Amino acid sequence: MFKWFGKVNYTPYTKVADFARHLRDGRLMGSRCKRCGATSFPPRADCDACMHGEFEFFEVSGKGTLHTFTKIVAAPTGFEDVTPYTIGVVDLDGGGKALAWFGDSIPEQDISIGMEVQVVPRIFEELEEIKVYYSLEQPGTTWSKAEQPW
Amino acid sequence: MTRVGIIGLGHGVFGRRSDATVQELAFEAFRAAMEDAGIERDAVDASVIGSVPEYHKQRSLAGVVQEYLGLVPKPTWLTEVACASGSAAMRTAWMAIKAGVHDVVAVIGCQKMTELSTPEILALMGRVGEVQWESGFGTTFPGYYAMFAKRHMHEFGTTRDHLLDVAVKNHHYGAMNPLALFRKEITAEKAKASEDVATPFQVYDCCANADGAACVILASEDRAREISSKPVWLSGMGCASATMSVLRRPNLVGLPSAEQAAAQAYAMAGIGPADVKVADVHDCFTIAEIMAYEDLGFCERGEGGPFVAEKQSYIGGKVAVNVDGGLKAKGHPIGATGVSMTYEIAKQLRGEAGERQVPDADVGLTHNVGGIGQYCFVQVLTRD
Repeated sequence: MFKWFGKVNYTPYTKVADFARHLRDGRLMGSRCKRCGATSFPPRADCDACMHGEFEFFEVSGKGTLHTFTKIVAAPTGFEDVTPYTIGVVDLDGGGKALAWFGDSIPEQDISIGMEVQVVPRIFEELEEIKVYYSLEQPGTTWSKAEQPW
Repeated sequence: MTRVGIIGLGHGVFGRRSDATVQELAFEAFRAAMEDAGIERDAVDASVIGSVPEYHKQRSLAGVVQEYLGLVPKPTWLTEVACASGSAAMRTAWMAIKAGVHDVVAVIGCQKMTELSTPEILALMGRVGEVQWESGFGTTFPGYYAMFAKRHMHEFGTTRDHLLDVAVKNHHYGAMNPLALFRKEITAEKAKASEDVATPFQVYDCCANADGAACVILASEDRAREISSKPVWLSGMGCASATMSVLRRPNLVGLPSAEQAAAQAYAMAGIGPADVKVADVHDCFTIAEIMAYEDLGFCERGEGGPFVAEKQSYIGGKVAVNVDGGLKAKGHPIGATGVSMTYEIAKQLRGEAGERQVPDADVGLTHNVGGIGQYCFVQVLTRD
């Protein structure tokens, strides 16, 4: 059900579709190659190291360090109602990077490169359909039913 | 294998060209290049069209351009690698001549970006990045480069003023270029008063969409010497890719594709960055030109801000960069840009750049980036 992932979703079909089901249940998952053990976040079905095609999901902490960020004022289609919004790129402690919005546990004026953050699974509570994403929060924040950041 | 020479140059005016279709824009540039070369259409063996298809109502653009130029039934094909599509056309034409398949090839970069409505543009804008893991968070083209800028500022102390120094320089030279979209000088104060786009970028950090076309006629060495008294040579041709997703890049302070393409081009030409007198680099956003100085070796990593602040990229500095106004002031009709860069540098090497002429310009370079560095093409041009 990868169509659940993202405010706007351009890729409803993928071999890593269960990522979104895990996210709905509050788990952030990377992929691990069943042959060579190489890991990836974001997950990928086909191993980048050895080209093997079988993988398994494993849970990642989501903890990491903010690499960079920007506040987007001129937004594309589908994001008009949340503009402006701030996105960041995180170096995850276990390897890999994630890109996401800042959640409500980090006020805009506190955002700085190098700060510790945690990528936390979230669900769009106000929507009838299932829509999931993840946001950048203070480390230790768990999946909550908090108000959305906008 | 033969060398490949530039024997004809043509360039239309960049801007909002509500007076013309994309094939009419292509014709302007092609006719000028044929007149410059002094040849007729029967001397052209094939054409390569550089353009990004999703901006045009006409699908499969090469066909309509080929017909309108009157080149049917000669071979033609389209190249697409986002904003580097024009340089991809240059490269495939160069390859065809190097391989001995064709002797004379017309390369046409052309783009009409104003055929689409604003909602259509905004929808396209949302899909510039990697769409599975990034676009769902509302990433944009300026947003990506803004994140490079933030990181560059964090690591090296690059300042807001350094970024705007690029914009001020490129508008300064754009004001002297009759082919440019914006022909007015700007000040840093004016740029700082413009609207926010994606922090730290404001409107004047960003290049503008435009309509336009440019054409370069290439020939094998023998044919180039027969046809032209002043051929310019494609002496170094580099090309490399980088990951689509910025999440899989080694760092966000440079473009690895540009470093690799530059190394290839320098090695093939047997020169180094210090030999380059004039360059056109891909300044789609102000930080992109600063990273280009560093990726191309014009200065050390992290020194790009001071490099422009000290006017080392002005005429009279270490290397004159974007003295045609760059994408910033000349405008960025994405498929045309790479060919326009080659046009400008070949004109400089021929000594025909007028009041923007760089003295003793014997070695020049182009640096054309597709997307957020997913593709990069670097050309080294020399003269006899």
